[in-house]
Amino acid sequence: MNTKHLLSAADLTAGEITRVLDTAAHLAKVTDRAIKKVPTLRGRTVCNLFFEDSTRTRISFELAAKRLSADVINFSAKGSSVSKGESLKDTAITLEAMGVDAIVIRHGASGAPWRLAEWVRAVVVNAGDGTHEHPTQALLDLYTMRQRFPSFEGLRVAIVGDVLHSRVARSNVLALTTMGAEVTLVAPPTLLPARVESWGVAVSYDLDAVLPKQDVVMMLRVQLERQRAGFFPSMREYARLYGLDARRLDAMADHAIVMHPGPMNRGVEIAADVADSLERSVIADQVANGISVRMALLYLLLGGPEVRQ
Amino acid sequence: MLRAASNPTGLEAFLMSGRTVVMDAADVHRALVRIAHEVVERNKGTDGLVVVGIHTRGVPLAGRLAAKLTEIEGRPVPAGAVDVAMYRDDIGMRPPHATHDTHLPFDLAGTVVVLVDDVLYTGRTVRAALDALTDFGRPRAIQLAVLVDRGHRELPLRADYVGKNLPTAADQAVRVQLQETDGSDAVAIESAPRKAVASR
Repeated sequence: MNTKHLLSAADLTAGEITRVLDTAAHLAKVTDRAIKKVPTLRGRTVCNLFFEDSTRTRISFELAAKRLSADVINFSAKGSSVSKGESLKDTAITLEAMGVDAIVIRHGASGAPWRLAEWVRAVVVNAGDGTHEHPTQALLDLYTMRQRFPSFEGLRVAIVGDVLHSRVARSNVLALTTMGAEVTLVAPPTLLPARVESWGVAVSYDLDAVLPKQDVVMMLRVQLERQRAGFFPSMREYARLYGLDARRLDAMADHAIVMHPGPMNRGVEIAADVADSLERSVIADQVANGISVRMALLYLLLGGPEVRQ
Repeated sequence: MLRAASNPTGLEAFLMSGRTVVMDAADVHRALVRIAHEVVERNKGTDGLVVVGIHTRGVPLAGRLAAKLTEIEGRPVPAGAVDVAMYRDDIGMRPPHATHDTHLPFDLAGTVVVLVDDVLYTGRTVRAALDALTDFGRPRAIQLAVLVDRGHRELPLRADYVGKNLPTAADQAVRVQLQETDGSDAVAIESAPRKAVASR
């Protein structure tokens, strides 16, 4: 890996993404063993520094680190000195003084992991920053796609929903285009970022027109607050125009799969029977694959010589 | 190293070219056949025996040895593969090793494992493999078979079956090529790249 940290999905070349996915496929086997642990990162300490709530990402990173025998510290802003007003920088300096080897950070402010990486010598992994990026989610999504499709070259992926506020969409677009996939963003005009045409992907406002041509349909979470802020008139209208229901599932190609990064709003962006569809939905696979992909990343980022000066 | 003089033609050729083939395809085959017979003799048959190769080149060698054992005794001897990347003692000291699948299609408990690698050198890979196998079960015994023992051990380990003892200098490299991974079978000694350039 040419990168010390994983801050953006754009940090990785196609070769490096392939190496992460290949390594993850090997490490997935550790989970099938009687002893679900390897001694690889013994004596290393990983800190999960979470300033925003998270279930799957934090637990996934924690399990990944523990299966590699690293020690794990879980820090959440609630109940810490952050609630007493301690700054990110002082928190970082504290962790640095305690000698952690890697910091997995989730923060509400876009760019926070970059600032953190300037302050600490530890490896920094971005686990979601504001509305910006979530590179490990993109990697586990690619891993899940690769389980079903032989190659990313020409793979048609639609990312549907609140692209404007979605760090999952940004990281996926970066990683998927690096790998040669054909990405189409589908959203109402109000939920598309400015200058989206510079992303090098197709854009559509019409889900029904796009669906039949896709290999992968990735639904994004839509937040109730966005409706209150006036990005769309009502949840019902959003669901009718951009929700994936059984009728739209039937319009998809027979081999196409449905993904969702979670947490889901059942009945809004995705209907419950679509989310639970055994043939089409790979949402549970995404969660399981997250552990293997994060194990691979921690191994590749922490398993080399320290580049500390 | 003076000990290399035990193979004078090899040494001369090595000094001339920087690369000496010390085993050809027929030599590799004969070494494996002999090892197979030694395994059968020592274990009084192949009862409870499994063969496990260490990635990368130990795996095809293990497959061949298991096939030979099956042929000699007339009953199947299973083969498996073990990856040691996650068990190495140099993690964090050099770029991460590539990973492979560990595939052990049998229960290790109570078996006699013949662990196979291409080259035995410092012994650190074998040490890692012993740890990896322990995570899968408790074999009755583990024996070690290698195609080449090149010396320079850094751990108190030895091989039970050796295809060829090859005294080498630490700055030389032993290159094992196998049909399955490289298109043909051969073992060669190469001098360090810098030396090879300087000699020209």
